[in-house]
Amino acid sequence: MSEGISQPDQPVTREARAKGDLFAKFDELIQMREGLLASGVEDPFNLVMEKVLSPTRAICNGRETILLGTYNYMGMTFDPDVIEAGKQALEEFGSGTTGSRVLNGTYQGHKECEDALKEFYGMDHAMVFSTGYQANLGIISTIAGKGDYVVLDIDSHASIYDGCSMGRAEIVPFRHNDIEALEKRLKRIPADAGKLVVLEGVYSMLGDVAPLKEMVRISKEAGAMVLVDEAHSMGFIGEHGRGVAEDQGVLDDVDFVIGTFSKSVGTVGGFCVSNHPDFEIMRLVCRPYVFTASLPPSVVATAATSIRKLMHGSNKRAHLWENSKRLHSGLKDLGFQLGTDEPQSAIVAVIMPDLTRGAQMWEALLKEGLYVNLARPPATPANMTLLRCSLCAEHSEEEVSTILGMFERAGKAVGII
Amino acid sequence: MDRAEIDRRIRTLIEPFNKNGVTITDDTTFQGDLEFDSLTVMDFVAAIEDEFDIIISMNQQAEIETYGQLVDAVKKLVDAE
Repeated sequence: MSEGISQPDQPVTREARAKGDLFAKFDELIQMREGLLASGVEDPFNLVMEKVLSPTRAICNGRETILLGTYNYMGMTFDPDVIEAGKQALEEFGSGTTGSRVLNGTYQGHKECEDALKEFYGMDHAMVFSTGYQANLGIISTIAGKGDYVVLDIDSHASIYDGCSMGRAEIVPFRHNDIEALEKRLKRIPADAGKLVVLEGVYSMLGDVAPLKEMVRISKEAGAMVLVDEAHSMGFIGEHGRGVAEDQGVLDDVDFVIGTFSKSVGTVGGFCVSNHPDFEIMRLVCRPYVFTASLPPSVVATAATSIRKLMHGSNKRAHLWENSKRLHSGLKDLGFQLGTDEPQSAIVAVIMPDLTRGAQMWEALLKEGLYVNLARPPATPANMTLLRCSLCAEHSEEEVSTILGMFERAGKAVGII
Repeated sequence: MDRAEIDRRIRTLIEPFNKNGVTITDDTTFQGDLEFDSLTVMDFVAAIEDEFDIIISMNQQAEIETYGQLVDAVKKLVDAE
């Protein structure tokens, strides 16, 4: 059991490293972490949820806590139909496939899940991966190889960068959401070189949306293929919840949409949907798809059920927008500095003055009974420390008011507002 | 464009990024001596790319540790144009 919230790990006195210890490269990070813990705050990267009560509530360190940092945007994790589909699949198909999709790991449920995705996006092909990370890693590394150019936003997710490295493509970053910077770089790439532009619908750190309308147009004019990661917009943004590309009217010009089941869908897994006529060949050449076990039957069953329910989630979407707007304006009125001037997604990022006060604020909120994500460099843009809040369609109006009260008390206690 | 001209232009471009007024030689390192973080690197590289109308990919950037190596790399890219 936990020792309680205010008893952090104690820093240890360390002995000199043995010669040849390959962990020496982590010394700086180890010291930074120890310094943070020595200041008395609880380890923000070691929280354990002892019980999960609903999409928005859990018991953390013995305390009932409102969850505001789970990316569980549509609250599907406890949907009765979703749970029932998972139970049934578990009983009928067993606990796991023990095999690759291309060998013994494709069950009826995997096909049904891909059919649900094709229908959801209105696209010809869908390919399900074991995680969202693997979907980006697999698709990008396979289609952009040595000699090809990947032009990407500097704030792209780690899975995108890792996909570029694995495929050994030339990586050309441009300033975050800067249309002109993208255009200039596309023009300088040799005309005959293969080009892939990788964009995200919603950038998860600040919760801001990309100007896909202009960026997709410019990319297509330059003869590039376009991949958009809609991990943080699926189910919520766009008329049918297909994401930012749908919302901005350019989905038909996007060659590949990458997504995940671990956010709005409420389970785990990743996917790519596409209208490319030869897309199915990916199943044979994409190593992160081939050389790993497929998702368990219960997971694909819950995913398929959830995706189909998300097609009819317009009421929930409307409520989620209301929550996002209410939290954003409330925090702004309290005097917090936010990642965006207006709410653009279900993510509201609160900018902290530094890591120490960010960690103090995070702990103060936890004591109030609120969980948010603490995001710190190098994962954050511009070396910012952020408290990242992600709203859920299941948060009630009353809960958002409670959350604002918690932020006010914690912010005053830590001296941020 | 000869190396001296490229060197002269990059020296002008680096000024606003050289916050501590470090004396720059061919052996000056970006990470160690100039203490460039990733964001500074991006802005500095973008300034050079715009000046010479070239692309320095992240793969190429990874090979460049010193000021001298940067000038050489830019010369190679400009010559290849």
